[in-house]
Amino acid sequence: MSLAFLPDLSGLIPELIFYGLAAMTVLAAIGAAVAPKIVHAAFGLMAAFFGVAGLYAMLGADFVAFSQIIVYVGGILVLLVFGVLLTARTEASLGLERPLRRAFALTTGAVLFFVLAIAIDSTTFPAATEASEPLPTTSAIGHAFLDPEKMLIPFEVASVLLLAALIGAAYLARRRRSS
Amino acid sequence: MLLAAVGLNHYLLVGAALFCAGLVAVMSRRNAVAILIGIELMLNAANINLVAFDHFRAQIDGQPVIDGQLFVLFVLVIAAAEAAVALALILNVFDTRDRIDVDELDTLKG
Repeated sequence: MSLAFLPDLSGLIPELIFYGLAAMTVLAAIGAAVAPKIVHAAFGLMAAFFGVAGLYAMLGADFVAFSQIIVYVGGILVLLVFGVLLTARTEASLGLERPLRRAFALTTGAVLFFVLAIAIDSTTFPAATEASEPLPTTSAIGHAFLDPEKMLIPFEVASVLLLAALIGAAYLARRRRSS
Repeated sequence: MLLAAVGLNHYLLVGAALFCAGLVAVMSRRNAVAILIGIELMLNAANINLVAFDHFRAQIDGQPVIDGQLFVLFVLVIAAAEAAVALALILNVFDTRDRIDVDELDTLKG
């Protein structure tokens, strides 16, 4: 069965996927920025993270796309939702009751976006003569992280930083019993 | 034509929109967790730009380029550390004051 009444879009599938992902990402991000309930903002952030992961996949960055889902959605977002739930009594102070500040923020955001859009639009970047298939990058990333001449030391420093930050967070978040 | 071929500019525009959404959240919210959500949006915007430049440079060079992707992975690590520390601080503030409204945390104000 063919859908002959539809225009032939088979040559446009990457474009369609890109515009779908971009629309989802941007709308979800705007929702996360202005949602009147903090839990809705967290779910908007989740949709934005998934959209960004899809954009990474479109760009041939497979390892980064999966890291995005594992670290952002599986780690940071869960932490954020825990933070929301543990501080749920402060629902009233989202900042929505200050229309002047809100209007100022929205104006600044819109103006900055238009300035950036004009700057991006008026710049011509060097483009490839013909688009090549993206190559898998996981192996190259692994070799770069474990090569002492490339990224081994930054990689180890980052792991020490993460360890220190997590120990510090556990220390800070403990409940004080004495006071 | 409605759907132009997707180039670097399109990805940069998505990144710019994401950054501006994060900026609006950081500027207008008073809840500390909502401000953290805005910061995560801004970090993601930067990451999109890095991966997009990486990809289109690889297309020009004709060989895989991973510098931008390595940078993004380090940003992921920093974002995870930042979120953990920030939420620990927020919980601590909530413990002592019962509020996480950043407008009311003005003890250090001169």
